[in-house]
Amino acid sequence: MENGVVLSMRNIGKSFPGVKALQHVDFTLRKGEIHALMGENGAGKSTLIKVLTGVYPKDEGEIYIDGVKDAITIRSPQEAQAYGISTVYQEITLCPNLTVAENMYIGRGKGIGVNWKEMERKAGALLSSLGIPARPRQQLGSCSLAVQQMVAIARAVDIDCKVLILDEPTSSLDDKEVAMLFRLMRDLKARGVGIIFVTHFLEQVYEVSDRITVLRNGELVCEYEVDKLPQVKLVAMMMGKELEGLDVIKKTKAGGEKAGKPYYEAEGLSSTASRPFDFHIAQGEVNGFTGLLGSGRSESVRAIFGADRVTGGKVRVNGKPVRITKPIEAMKNGIGYLPEDRKRDGIIADLSVRDNIILALQVMKGFFHPFSKAEAEKFADEYIKALEIKTASKDTPIKSLSGGNQQKVILARWLLTHPQYLILDEPTRGIDVGTKTEIQKLVLKMAEDGMCVTFISSEIEEMLRTCSRLIVMRDRNIVGELKGEELTQDHVMYTIAGGGN
Amino acid sequence: MKQTKKRSPILSQLLMPLLALLVLVIFNLIRDPGFFSVELAANNNGDPVLRGNLISILNGASELAILAMGMTLVTAASGGQDISVGALAAIAGSMFVKVLRAGAGITPLTVVLGFLACCAVAMAFGAFNGTLVSVFHIQPMIATLILYTCGRSIAYWINGGATPTVDSPIISAIGSFIPGVPIPTPILIVILMGVIFSLVFRFTTLSLYTQTVGINQGAARLNGINAVGMKLLAFIILGVCCAVSGVIGVSRLSLINHETLLLDIEMDAILAVAIGGNSLGGGKFNMVGSILGAYAIQALTITLYAMKVPSTNIKAYKAVVIILIVAVGSPVVKQAFHRLWSRLTNGQPAGKAGKEVSA
Ligand SMILES: Nc1ncnc2c1ncn2[C@@H]1O[C@H](COP(=O)(O)OP(=O)(O)OP(=O)(O)O)[C@@H](O)[C@H]1O
Ligand SMILES: [Mg+2]
Repeated sequence: MENGVVLSMRNIGKSFPGVKALQHVDFTLRKGEIHALMGENGAGKSTLIKVLTGVYPKDEGEIYIDGVKDAITIRSPQEAQAYGISTVYQEITLCPNLTVAENMYIGRGKGIGVNWKEMERKAGALLSSLGIPARPRQQLGSCSLAVQQMVAIARAVDIDCKVLILDEPTSSLDDKEVAMLFRLMRDLKARGVGIIFVTHFLEQVYEVSDRITVLRNGELVCEYEVDKLPQVKLVAMMMGKELEGLDVIKKTKAGGEKAGKPYYEAEGLSSTASRPFDFHIAQGEVNGFTGLLGSGRSESVRAIFGADRVTGGKVRVNGKPVRITKPIEAMKNGIGYLPEDRKRDGIIADLSVRDNIILALQVMKGFFHPFSKAEAEKFADEYIKALEIKTASKDTPIKSLSGGNQQKVILARWLLTHPQYLILDEPTRGIDVGTKTEIQKLVLKMAEDGMCVTFISSEIEEMLRTCSRLIVMRDRNIVGELKGEELTQDHVMYTIAGGGN
Repeated sequence: MKQTKKRSPILSQLLMPLLALLVLVIFNLIRDPGFFSVELAANNNGDPVLRGNLISILNGASELAILAMGMTLVTAASGGQDISVGALAAIAGSMFVKVLRAGAGITPLTVVLGFLACCAVAMAFGAFNGTLVSVFHIQPMIATLILYTCGRSIAYWINGGATPTVDSPIISAIGSFIPGVPIPTPILIVILMGVIFSLVFRFTTLSLYTQTVGINQGAARLNGINAVGMKLLAFIILGVCCAVSGVIGVSRLSLINHETLLLDIEMDAILAVAIGGNSLGGGKFNMVGSILGAYAIQALTITLYAMKVPSTNIKAYKAVVIILIVAVGSPVVKQAFHRLWSRLTNGQPAGKAGKEVSA
């Protein structure tokens, strides 16, 4: 093996029933380098990582690691850890009903006994040094998705490792937390750790990475040093075609400049998770809730949909007073809701892509009116095509799709119900650049057709591009509302930080 | 991501019960080539009836098959099992007998009334179990332990401690043969139940909702499904299944013995669901698998009887066979089998000649 190389994978192949997820893939990781692994949804990034860490057995190919002369076989993540490979998987794999400290240390002890006091002390020290707002004794399930993600990262970096793998670690993090993570990554890099970094955020790639490897359709496309691969070319490599100018990402006109009558109005709406707030949205309007994680933005939209127990407030839909205390009542009033946590609240893991797509519409149609197989297939086909969902077939269980493609299925589920008012909480999480712009365009188009959309995203830029009005939240209260001229990145940040009003 | 060939998931799920049945069939054929021969004979009344081991298996498994259908739904929706089905069947059977004996004589009308009454009672007890599970979030096994413990006492009270008989041609028509029809009536009732279930699955979304609730209850609720209601419904449907099995059980003997009616059947019902390739943790289900599982269990029992295994030893033999079936169906063995299979069929991994790096 070359000097300075910590890990090298040669000619890796992996098939699943119905798909060849990886074919003849080579990958090389050097000491002290941050290596971005890029590709569209379903390109095979997560699969490559799972093959490397022994989650899946590989069909062919060899893996070499620094310090071992022959090709190694890794049969389980524990074995990978023994070789010094530490991983944060795309879907959080921690135990929600254990405490934070237990999640950080369990399965790692060498002996049988565990010194709980010591464990909690160490966990507390690490959490505070990384600035993670969680207590060691807190149940992990009670933390927000972002904190859970940070805990998973803390667990991984605490292990003395040669190789650190981060599969979309930043997809649910805010800028501040991302900055913190990057600082940590640079520290580790300085200590000679090789880091594999998977993300769909191009700016992040250019900010921290040294090298980029691109996969497409399970095959290796190229490997470049980061300064030899301009962004436009990277996107072209990923998609396999030139994107008509990357400037699709340029600012289009935000939705709802010519909004109509109010569609949904709430006064003093509150739920078990959110404080009372007022809110309204007009036909054809796209607005958004913004604020830091934990500011209560997700809880607010959940209250609108009746996802948490509603405890008070007056709601009018189309001018008429209605009661929305359960999701089904919201759906009957033309409201759809794409939840933030896809794995917990969105996917029905073992059901097919088809059943996952038709589910919400089927529920609205009623218990005694099942769709015929042919109708269901038609709907599934339509949306698999429209959103370019990569799946072996309509019958494939959704859990075997790539993360981004699962997200598209859930989006398809709600689009299929043709709601009057669609609430999208992080709809582009884990979605590749090409599709992301498609979804933003789709949202604007729907607004033009008179639908209203509430959009939540950790990316302020994405919100500015789509929303004509932003509701800013801090500490579970609405602290400002921005529209028109005020909709600039600086102004939003300023209001979030508490300077506004 | 290139397409490759794929296996049918349904078939691979039914693999285990089919394999179990196949092994039993082959084993018996080797032992006794005439084991499965069926003959048409006349019974005491001179009516034509079918006889043979095959018929005994199909007939004897009827109650089990019906309970397995309901158990499949409860398992799928709640991720747990109902261990009170035998006790509930005894309650339902006692209720049936009570209504039959209340009138002057047993007429078709009293039989229908008796059936409706015992259905109502069984559904009420099913709803009780279901409420404990869905509303109070009690583990299904623990929740149904209550009725498991006290169910046969309740059955005892219903008929004042007696084991009354109900002698009537109508009852024996339900329990054995309808004059002129050579197939035992319980088999026909299983077919009827199967048809009813398939119609329900065809004309309602029961199957989709049950699976959704079983896989991810929180997400089910966010998609507008009444998760509590679906679990309750599953238990109520299982109640109906208990009533039907209870009525068959009573009719076979023309008497109710609350102590022995369908004794220990709950474990076989759960086993049938498991052999059918269903996860006992809930979620996706396949009712056909459970029904096949029920027949496999009965086939095993009859085989052991035919081999003159003393009845005290039968349970031990059964346990051994069950260990085998469950081990063969376990993911570890399945995976090893798949690997072996793909090595045999593919020869070797796809050739390296087609290597292409598109850039
Ligand atoms: N367990 C599995 N069973 C069957 N197919 C799978 C499984 N895991 C992944 N696949 C398939 O392999 C392909 C590659 O998936 P992978 O998860 O590696 O994509 P990815 O590059 O990580 O995408 P994303 O950016 O969306 O996370 C996909 O087409 C997916 O459907
Ligand atoms: Mg992935």
